[in-house]
Amino acid sequence: MYDANKILIGLAIFLGLMTYPVWSGLGRAVQAPKPEIDTPIIQKMPEKKCVENTHFMKTTHMQLINEWRDDALRKGEREYTNARGEKVLMSLQLTCMNCHSNKDKFCDSCHNYAGVNPYCWDCHLTPKQMKEGI
Amino acid sequence: MSMDRREFIKIAGLTSLVGAGASGAFQLLEPGVLDAATHEEHGHGDAAHGQAEEQASGPKVRWAMTVDVRKCEDPEVVKRIVTACHTAHNVPDFGNPKDEVKWIWADTYEHAFTDSANEFMDKSIEHLPFLLLCNHCDDPPCVRVCPTKATFKRPDGVVAMDYHRCIGCRFCMAGCPYGSRSFNWRDPRTVLEGKPYNPNFPTRMRGVVEKCNFCVERIWKGLQPACVEAAPDVLTFGNLADPDSNVRQILRVRVSMRRKPELGTKPSVFYLV
Ligand code: HEC
Ligand code: HEC
Ligand code: HEC
Repeated sequence: MYDANKILIGLAIFLGLMTYPVWSGLGRAVQAPKPEIDTPIIQKMPEKKCVENTHFMKTTHMQLINEWRDDALRKGEREYTNARGEKVLMSLQLTCMNCHSNKDKFCDSCHNYAGVNPYCWDCHLTPKQMKEGI
Repeated sequence: MSMDRREFIKIAGLTSLVGAGASGAFQLLEPGVLDAATHEEHGHGDAAHGQAEEQASGPKVRWAMTVDVRKCEDPEVVKRIVTACHTAHNVPDFGNPKDEVKWIWADTYEHAFTDSANEFMDKSIEHLPFLLLCNHCDDPPCVRVCPTKATFKRPDGVVAMDYHRCIGCRFCMAGCPYGSRSFNWRDPRTVLEGKPYNPNFPTRMRGVVEKCNFCVERIWKGLQPACVEAAPDVLTFGNLADPDSNVRQILRVRVSMRRKPELGTKPSVFYLV
């Protein structure tokens, strides 16, 4: 015969290697990110609330920041009124990061998990840079 | 949006033709001249328009600045102004002209007012340093040539930059007749490290163009631009569209000039001579 055994063993090894990424992850749950909100400003808040409700922030914060950016720079309007009727300054550095001053344990923990790397920090200063220098 | 090379060259050519042959290479504004010419300035020039009608149709705000040239003689004054602006906006100082990034700077009379050097009547002013910055033109050529609308004119007359849209093509630098724009050839953060800086304002990054923003981040709060705050006796900032504003009152009594009026860009920066 034409070396059926050898071919079958070869096939088995080949299939095993090809599917390695699938079965190697079995039973090993990847940690979902747990963004920490333990910052000095948030600690002082009587009610721990973001600019908009938590679900909205989780799903739509990237759009919200983009709107802020366009309103502030292109329309010259820098005050945002949220669903609760409160006015906030539309600023990445001065608003978002003032509360979420633990960027690496908050923004980055999610972004690393999701594989996104916003280029904002090429220009915008991180809370650490705002405090300690560029 | 697509614009082929020929179209771009045509537009660029037209831009430089605007107003050629109209006024001379420089323009002296007699005190009060602007009062008579405001409707022209706002782009809907119609001599038949009455004053009231003009007020209703034109913009309500057009930010402008006056520079009292004789008060810039002291290099310390110039330095104070430049430092205030560049610190407030985290403008890097590379220490060489090739990589230079500048929002406000001083240059000679000949460079500021090309061609008019010999015609000028008061020689005593020609040796003075002239503070130069973005002119925030009423008809800005940089805005016309920007392919991404990263640079645009706000309703209040400020020619603004949206760095998020800048692709670094530098058409605006070619379009600007005043050299008011700088390109970030290098990462500005390498030289900002350890220097005094403004923690509340972003830096820029390699590959974008930048320039004076008339301190939009300050004026919306009712503050004066950083340069004016540093030298209020030299610089005045105010609303050109308001006949009673500080700048209009100054222009009513002082002789002023603007850079390269023959190009028809209608600068908002006035030099009091
Ligand atoms: C006034 C302080 C404050 C400001 C300003 C603020 N946040 Fe929050 N943010 C919070 C708090 C507190 C929570 C937690 C809410 C909760 O647990 O329900 C939160 C939650 C979030 C979440 C959801 C996190 C999760 O666990 O899924 C995101 C995303 C977020 N913020 C992003 C932003 C962005 C982006 C900005 C700027 C546009 C911003 N925040 C501005 C206080 C703030
Ligand atoms: C709950 C998790 C989570 C938190 C917390 C979070 N983000 Fe995000 N962020 C995401 C995800 C997921 C995306 C990608 C969304 C997509 O690609 O559609 C994203 C995208 C973005 C984007 C757009 C990136 C791009 O390249 O277009 C920006 C900007 C951004 N986040 C800013 C922030 C900032 C600033 C913070 C901290 C204040 C923050 N995010 C906190 C999950 C999070
Ligand atoms: C090339 C540099 C650069 C990059 C990259 C950049 N920004 Fe900006 N951004 C600026 C500058 C400069 C301003 C103007 C600040 C002002 O006028 O107060 C600004 C203003 C803003 C504003 C409004 C004003 C404020 O104080 O925040 C928002 C919001 C913003 N940027 C969000 C973003 C986000 C989100 C990203 C990343 C997806 C980003 N920017 C990337 C330079 C940059």
